[in-house]
Amino acid sequence: MTAKTAIDQTGAPGWLQALPFGLVFLFFFVLPLAFVVIVSFWDYNDYEMLPSFTTRSYVETFEGCLAELPNLCTILKTYVSTAKFCLIVWLATLLVGFTIAYFLAFHIKTVTTQMVLFLVCTIPFWTSNVIRMISWIPLLGRNGLVNLALEKAHIVNAPLEWLLYSPFSVTLAFVHLFTFFMVVPIFNSMMRIDRRLVEAAYDAGASGWQTLWNLIIPLCKPGVVIGSIFVVTIVMGDFVTFDVMGGEQIASAGKVVETRLNALQFPPAAANAVILLGVTLLIIVGLNRIVDVRKEL
Amino acid sequence: MPQPTNLELVHVTKRYGATVAVDAIDLKVPAGCYCCLLGPSGCGKTSTLRMIAGHESVTIGDVLIGATNVTDLPPAKRGTAMMFQSYALFPHLSCLDNVAFSLKMRGVEKTKRRAKAMELLERVDMAQYAQRVPAQLSGGQQQRVALARALITDPQILLLDEPLSALDPFLRVKMRAELRRLQKQLGIPFVHVTHGQDEALALADLVVVMNKGRIEQAAAPRDVFERPATEFIARFLGGHNVIATPSGPVAVRADRVSLRRNGVGANEARLTASVRAIEYQGAHYQVALDHPANSDLTALVSDEVFAAQPLNVGDNVSVLWADQDIHALAPAS
Repeated sequence: MTAKTAIDQTGAPGWLQALPFGLVFLFFFVLPLAFVVIVSFWDYNDYEMLPSFTTRSYVETFEGCLAELPNLCTILKTYVSTAKFCLIVWLATLLVGFTIAYFLAFHIKTVTTQMVLFLVCTIPFWTSNVIRMISWIPLLGRNGLVNLALEKAHIVNAPLEWLLYSPFSVTLAFVHLFTFFMVVPIFNSMMRIDRRLVEAAYDAGASGWQTLWNLIIPLCKPGVVIGSIFVVTIVMGDFVTFDVMGGEQIASAGKVVETRLNALQFPPAAANAVILLGVTLLIIVGLNRIVDVRKEL
Repeated sequence: MPQPTNLELVHVTKRYGATVAVDAIDLKVPAGCYCCLLGPSGCGKTSTLRMIAGHESVTIGDVLIGATNVTDLPPAKRGTAMMFQSYALFPHLSCLDNVAFSLKMRGVEKTKRRAKAMELLERVDMAQYAQRVPAQLSGGQQQRVALARALITDPQILLLDEPLSALDPFLRVKMRAELRRLQKQLGIPFVHVTHGQDEALALADLVVVMNKGRIEQAAAPRDVFERPATEFIARFLGGHNVIATPSGPVAVRADRVSLRRNGVGANEARLTASVRAIEYQGAHYQVALDHPANSDLTALVSDEVFAAQPLNVGDNVSVLWADQDIHALAPAS
């Protein structure tokens, strides 16, 4: 009690301390988001936005969706396809990220080695996103290293077409880029696990896999959820990776927004952004249902 | 009830690189014995316990439980169970599932293992907290759950790593009595690591005092206190004065030392010293004395005696003790 009153009396009032960040939050998050929502309800013609209230952008986005049921209309197909990428990338990054984090946290005994290897994991981030993606092309292209090697080894006769500009290459690039976002929170969760718990499990006769399943994984859940939120939100909103690695052949939810923006049709772009935000929030709420992340923070 | 089992260490050694943590110790813990490994930190007592438990490999030597050599067996195959320092309860599991954990690992079906776990929780008076997670329990309650978890496999030996050190002094004394009662009730050997000599003296049938990776003395608590084998033990246990004599160091218990003001009984005085500090401790006064050859001489004077002959800091006193209270010591190694 005394400590609390002491803080109250000495420092600036609470609202004043919260003000700087509150302002940043207001100007760079709340206001832009509010504008996007407002603009999504505006009307537009070929060369300007018309400030009036209309649901035209939303209606046009979902045009014909009801009529075409049970077949999926373009926008729903796009979302389903994006969600599928999201799921595959999530599974792959989770598997790879968990394994790396486990190796770092439990198999590397010295803190120095741990930190060195952890920094090695950040190497992909030393170059720009686009360069990292483009560097796959000499490897995966029609005359790339992988195809050449496969042909030299007489494993295939003709170069594999699905290596580049395909769902495979898009997924590969995503996994390459975002596994680290899984590694960090999971590693953090693992480092918080008291090593005596692992010993206690061993003492109770648990095998390695039983310890992993009954102890490590449950205690890593918050890390997994935080990593999942990173990966899901990034993949759901991405369009650059889809473009560069998919050869502009693969539709995605983010790409829809971008196309509209390029056509200077801001209201439908805003409407699609709002829809994308809604879908992503739903996924995150779902993940939060599974684990209470606030406990971790 | 498990078969009465004894524990035997034969020349057990633990090395970490060049450092020797445990140096070829031999120890027999008879069936039904409460054994305390006592020593300062770094004396090798915890390493010894962990080797018995199977959490630390034995560099050289053998660990025998009953007739079985368990040196290379994993913990669950040894018939030991360990209660960890600060308990190591699984934070994501309820008390019930914490206790049932090792049965789950053995593939015991859910209703069966929960019923058995409930029995154990009842035995430690924790049944009403079965659904809580460890974070919702006090230290003493967590300890009971840890005890139940260790006992669910009907271990032949229970190993306890500083089980009372996380508790406040009042609870410590209470849990001490409960551990003792439980051990007698189960009839299995407990091996209990502690650095508190009062804890060891209060609990143990066999006190094993360790220093620098070796056993300095293994005996009943009274023998250890009344006849400490070495200078180290006398100093570590406290309550003893170690006095240098021409024939080597001797121990004299602080409560067997009597003080006379200078002049009185000077001819029978063993030493003369001056009073450095006086501390009132309830039933007695602890009088610290200054003497050129023996730096930390202490006398415990009962309150009655002190009242009859009050002392002040700076007084010169004759220090006396009887011949039968002199106990010769092996010099410190």
